[in-house]
Amino acid sequence: MDIVNIIILALLVNNVVLAQFLGICPFLGVSQKISTSFGMGAAVVFVMTIANLFTYLIFNFVLATFHIQFMQTITFILVIASLVQIVEIILKKVSPPLYQALGIYLPLITTNCAVLGTAIIAITQNYNLVESLVYAISTGLGFTLALLLMAGIREQLELTGVPKAMRGFPITLITAGMLSLAFMGFAGLVK
Amino acid sequence: MNYLKEFTKGFIKENPLLVLALGMCPSLAVTTSAINGLGMGVASTFVLFMSNMLVALLKNVIPNKVRIPAFIVIIATFVTIVDLTMNAFLPDLYKALGIFIPLIVVNCIILGRAEAFAQKNNVLVSMLDGLGMGLGFTMAIFTVGSIREILGNGSFFNVKFVTEDASTVLLFIMPPGAFITLGYIMMLMNKLKSKLY
Repeated sequence: MDIVNIIILALLVNNVVLAQFLGICPFLGVSQKISTSFGMGAAVVFVMTIANLFTYLIFNFVLATFHIQFMQTITFILVIASLVQIVEIILKKVSPPLYQALGIYLPLITTNCAVLGTAIIAITQNYNLVESLVYAISTGLGFTLALLLMAGIREQLELTGVPKAMRGFPITLITAGMLSLAFMGFAGLVK
Repeated sequence: MNYLKEFTKGFIKENPLLVLALGMCPSLAVTTSAINGLGMGVASTFVLFMSNMLVALLKNVIPNKVRIPAFIVIIATFVTIVDLTMNAFLPDLYKALGIFIPLIVVNCIILGRAEAFAQKNNVLVSMLDGLGMGLGFTMAIFTVGSIREILGNGSFFNVKFVTEDASTVLLFIMPPGAFITLGYIMMLMNKLKSKLY
């Protein structure tokens, strides 16, 4: 598949949050302010790319070599969990400013299904290493885009009078539905 | 310890999906029909029940510092069992649920119950808790699936009750419909809870 196609598909048409429903928890949880959602988005792009690199190598050179592909789920989740820990430790040592910026979001990412989902999708789609990395980066950017849009809307929503029963999750979900509806307009962008 | 209370708290008061807002991803993604919702609910309930039981059994053996990875391995094992079993016996459902079967691993409900409940309580109560929470989740996700199928497809469990050329609200089986349906169900739940408690 063409690289440009992968980027447009992952970023807009099949947006990871609004069309594929991956990473809903952080999408609802961290989208209150634009600044925090930017930090979360950056952390997701970072971890997703590294996770796809490692899961690609492990799947093709370890699991496929020994014909134990059924171990995929267990292996991937452990790899991602330990990867997040390692990234956190290294960042703390090597780049304190970056750690300051991403630090609090990193532990949250272990349970972010978007990371595991992206790794599994890249394997099932038979992407090669370059495609897999491009896919991870654009999916991460798509996540950031959705998060930023949502945060922008929610900052405005704070100022309006929402009925009591609708406050919190219900109004956020319905807003997300409207966003998702808008994103369906991208459907014809690639063949 | 009140066994009945531990069992039924997941139905309404602490419903994992509608009140605690856990396990959102599968509840939005696979609920295009009632049967998919039911399948996902039952699969998650099985994993939740088994992992709660095993975590409660092993809680004194697992060192505290590595408990999260240990829980994840336990959960991932049962998810793999579900994955392979469903692939063998229910291939259609397996295809419909797709990537969300392996993703049961990162369903926050399961790790959440292991961490917050099973590792602190005995085996019997943990099993009841797992079953109750799982049933609460299944009821919620089945409701979402039913509403979306009835409105979006004009059918229930694949039995059509409108004519073939009738126009249904297609929006509801598309992604936006998922968000909107769940949003309104949670709103009703808020109303119900403020009346009950």
